[in-house]
Amino acid sequence: MHFDTIAAISTPAGEGAIAIVRLSGDEAVQIADRVFRSPSGKKLIEEQSHTIHYGHLIDPESGETVEEVMVSLMRAPKTFTREDVVEVNCHGGIVSVNRVLALILVEGARLAEPGEFTKRAFLNGRIDLSQSEAVMDLIRAKTDRAMNVALNQMEGKLSRLIRELRLALVETIAEVEVKIDYPEYDEVEETTIPQMIKTCTWVKEEIDKLLQTSAQGKILREGLSTVIVGRPNVGKSSLLNSLVQENKAIVTDIAGTTRDIIEEYVNVRGVPLKLVDTAGIRETEDIVERIGVERSRQVLKEADLILLVLNSAEELSKEDELLFEAISGMDMIVVANKTDLVQKVDLSRVRELTNNATIVTTSLLQDDGIDELEEAIAGLFFEGTIESEDMTYVSNARHIALLHKASARIEEALGAAEAGIPVDMIQIDVTRTWEILGEIIGDTVQEGLINELFSRFCLGK
Amino acid sequence: MPNKFEAGTFDCIVIGAGHAGVEAALAAARMGASTLVLTLNLDMVAFMPCNPSIGGPAKGIVVREIDALGGAMGKVIDKTHIQMRMLNTGKGPAVRALRAQLDKVLYQQEMKRVLEETDNLKLLQGAVEELIVEDDVVIGVSTQSGAIYRAKTVLITTGTFLRGEVVIGDIRYSSGPNNQMPSIKLADNLRELGFGMVRFKTGTPPRVNSRTIDYSKTEIQPGDDVPRAFSFETTEFIMDQLPCWLTYTSPRTHEIINESLHLSPMYSGEIKSASPSYCPSIEDKIVRFSDKSRHQIFLEPEGRNTQEVYVQGLSTSLPEYIQKQLIESVPGLENAEMMRAGYAIEYDSIIPTQLKPTLETKKIRNLYTAGQLNGTSGYEEAAGQGLMAGINAAARALGKEELVLGRADAYIGVLIDDLVTKGTSEPYRLLTSRAEYRLLLRHDNADLRLTEIGYGLGLISENRHENYLVKKKEIEEEVARLRKITIKPEEHVHEIMGESTEIKLKEPMKAAHILKRPEINYNQIARIVPPIEKLSLEVEEQVEIFIKYEGYIEKSMQQVERMKKMEDKKIPDNIDYDAISGIATEAKVTLNVVRPLSIAQASRMPGVNPADISILLVYIEHGKIAKIT
Repeated sequence: MHFDTIAAISTPAGEGAIAIVRLSGDEAVQIADRVFRSPSGKKLIEEQSHTIHYGHLIDPESGETVEEVMVSLMRAPKTFTREDVVEVNCHGGIVSVNRVLALILVEGARLAEPGEFTKRAFLNGRIDLSQSEAVMDLIRAKTDRAMNVALNQMEGKLSRLIRELRLALVETIAEVEVKIDYPEYDEVEETTIPQMIKTCTWVKEEIDKLLQTSAQGKILREGLSTVIVGRPNVGKSSLLNSLVQENKAIVTDIAGTTRDIIEEYVNVRGVPLKLVDTAGIRETEDIVERIGVERSRQVLKEADLILLVLNSAEELSKEDELLFEAISGMDMIVVANKTDLVQKVDLSRVRELTNNATIVTTSLLQDDGIDELEEAIAGLFFEGTIESEDMTYVSNARHIALLHKASARIEEALGAAEAGIPVDMIQIDVTRTWEILGEIIGDTVQEGLINELFSRFCLGK
Repeated sequence: MPNKFEAGTFDCIVIGAGHAGVEAALAAARMGASTLVLTLNLDMVAFMPCNPSIGGPAKGIVVREIDALGGAMGKVIDKTHIQMRMLNTGKGPAVRALRAQLDKVLYQQEMKRVLEETDNLKLLQGAVEELIVEDDVVIGVSTQSGAIYRAKTVLITTGTFLRGEVVIGDIRYSSGPNNQMPSIKLADNLRELGFGMVRFKTGTPPRVNSRTIDYSKTEIQPGDDVPRAFSFETTEFIMDQLPCWLTYTSPRTHEIINESLHLSPMYSGEIKSASPSYCPSIEDKIVRFSDKSRHQIFLEPEGRNTQEVYVQGLSTSLPEYIQKQLIESVPGLENAEMMRAGYAIEYDSIIPTQLKPTLETKKIRNLYTAGQLNGTSGYEEAAGQGLMAGINAAARALGKEELVLGRADAYIGVLIDDLVTKGTSEPYRLLTSRAEYRLLLRHDNADLRLTEIGYGLGLISENRHENYLVKKKEIEEEVARLRKITIKPEEHVHEIMGESTEIKLKEPMKAAHILKRPEINYNQIARIVPPIEKLSLEVEEQVEIFIKYEGYIEKSMQQVERMKKMEDKKIPDNIDYDAISGIATEAKVTLNVVRPLSIAQASRMPGVNPADISILLVYIEHGKIAKIT
């Protein structure tokens, strides 16, 4: 069988010192060669099968070094999928591995569907017959979860923007189409090349802007900005220490930072957190007093997530209530700490004050409840409850790849328009761009275009 | 009940002689199948109950495709039209389309003559009431008069006649189009046989007497003054043409509509069936697009020997007296005499997902359906289906191979694939935007796409096939020549190129490369580097399109290749979708109805998502492996 080349992160998100991006398919080696540079300058295609090579991944567009990697080269058929397989071993952590994946997708691989490597292994006869049911279950289960994430994202900023772009495109497309199928229709002026260029230029600019923010996505670069707040002695420092100790910190290679471990960056179940101004928080023992201080306000304002720590062995104080007020409306998790002591806090009152925020009870002293807290953080993130200032999610590699494709297609349309190619030919690329953008938000039905025609124009005899 | 009698045995029986029926019968007979055509009224062969016009975007390309496969529609148009125009000439080659205005009566007469003069074809007036079916195989038909005709295959092409009902205002009566006899028993019979049917609606505008039109208030719409033809074989061209005329609705028209909406069967709830959104009644247009201050009205002559004029744009089912007022509200028609009132017609049509891509029904073997009965609208859509059903029915009867055109082969392929894969919720019309490879499906290359197939079926003459091969060779050779030959920047080159561009050739360049420039045409290149012998205009056109749009054509071809791979992954007939765990319930329901033949077809079905396709792939491979072990 012949399939296209797929790629995906093959190690659990963010966990572990090393992450692997796996490519499989006829063009796996060629695609890897487009971004891989070995010190000797030798191409992977010239290398023996089942060998491993040290080198760097280079972004061919900017020439920038993206990662220091080890690449395993395995040629068909003695591989997991029975296709050519390349595995890129890079530094663990969400930042580096996503950049590697995005680069590979831009170079022509398609993001693997859930379970697709296993599926190919099966289709190529690698996996035993009895396992086929399990493969199908796997596809179903993972797809459902992926679809949930996708659905949540649809409400997000990205989908709003994509919809706007698609609307502009479909209006242009509909105007051209209507003049093709109804040349005598008088309501619409013949769409002119300059109009087409105008719309396409705008769409291209917007896509490229999106790509820029995606490429340097705030979450990927910095993590979710997370602030721990609470009165003095409720256990904020313990919480910070627990989170940092429990989780391996993210290694970044962003300009200005070295490959040192930055304590404030932690990775909770695949979700990158940036514990903002932790030093500040440590100093800010008297937070209520200082809440009026501009800087503290600013820190809170920019937070994507707030971890509010309470001492559950005490009743809610005036200070706590003021704090609730200050952060009302923000995404938060309430950490009711010190469950090892006699409980006095009124949690139903807390729910009321926080508009039903998630509450996790912990005893940081006894190392109790940290798992639940991490679960809660991951839950909020993957369900899309937390909406960052930036729209980039963990699954964004697919979006980035599609946006690159869309950008390339609209550029072709623009080139053709400037070369004086007839409108209905340029339309081919414009329509394709519209479809690709639709793939991002899961909406590509051709019928949609035809309905658009008849709802917008009064057509027919 | 009349006494039944055996009246004959045939290879194919075609019920109906509309645009689908005639192409079906001609194809079957010409392929060598003995064919019987049964029609309610012999004077209504290939009758056009709506506008006297064939062709236009997408539809005109279908006519060319029918011609390239040996069908009759194009040739009959070329002999009986009163006007022809090439549309979209200002756009790219993929969307150009021919449209003809016809003399309705001449068209019918000519088509009837063609049928009568075809060997193996028997034309007979009669009303089929029942299909004779044994063990889910059709073996013949019986008529109102008791005649029993037996056949290896039966095609139904009954258009809008099945339980047809005409509606005008609050008047409703059982009728086929234009007050012909409807077909009621056959409709009941299809239901009894278990076919899922739906009720569709369509309509037609009033006709007026030309002598009572004040043309001075309208704009003339003449035909092209160059010779045009649909058929690739036509050599004689009609140059004596009649014009159409353009006028508009007035504010008064809109007032009348708004005041009398309660009288409209469409708005009073009298008509509930799905009507085509691309062929709205004037009521629909004015209600749904209330901000549009006027609508176009085209006045189209119905023939050379009649004063009847078709009022395009005024399709309505309002009461006759309101129709009169409407006509009088249109500039130019103030004193026009209405000769026939417009009406809506409701009819039964078969849910097309019950058909295979060959147009054979899944339920009953050897039974085929085509045309408006399958939920389409338009003469061209009907004719295209008729041709394909006829070819496949004859192939079955004669033990030959079936023919299915793909979406990349022809608009006819797009049409049939859409119908059998997606079904339709309203009368289906072809649009260029339905074809994902429209750059490949041009009107100018229909012969290059399909002549070989038509020849293989025995529907194309040796002589025509020979001409096609010569044309193909000339195109290939000329393209190759222009790719090889270099043009140098010389004075006469500057002069010829200078006719259309200010850009001067600076260094030697391949002729093909220069022709890629939008402002340069083949004629200029041919003057700079002439071919040994002057080529025909058709060949020149193909060379120019091929070289100029090579990049786009290639892109489309790549798309087609990708689709073909999926098309090659066949789904076994006996697949049990209910037994596959993991496929979504909604997808199972539609998969069970449509029963797609390939993974590609499955992936085009609404409600079947990529995860379902993945599971299906795994399951099918599972089956293959299971068989091997």
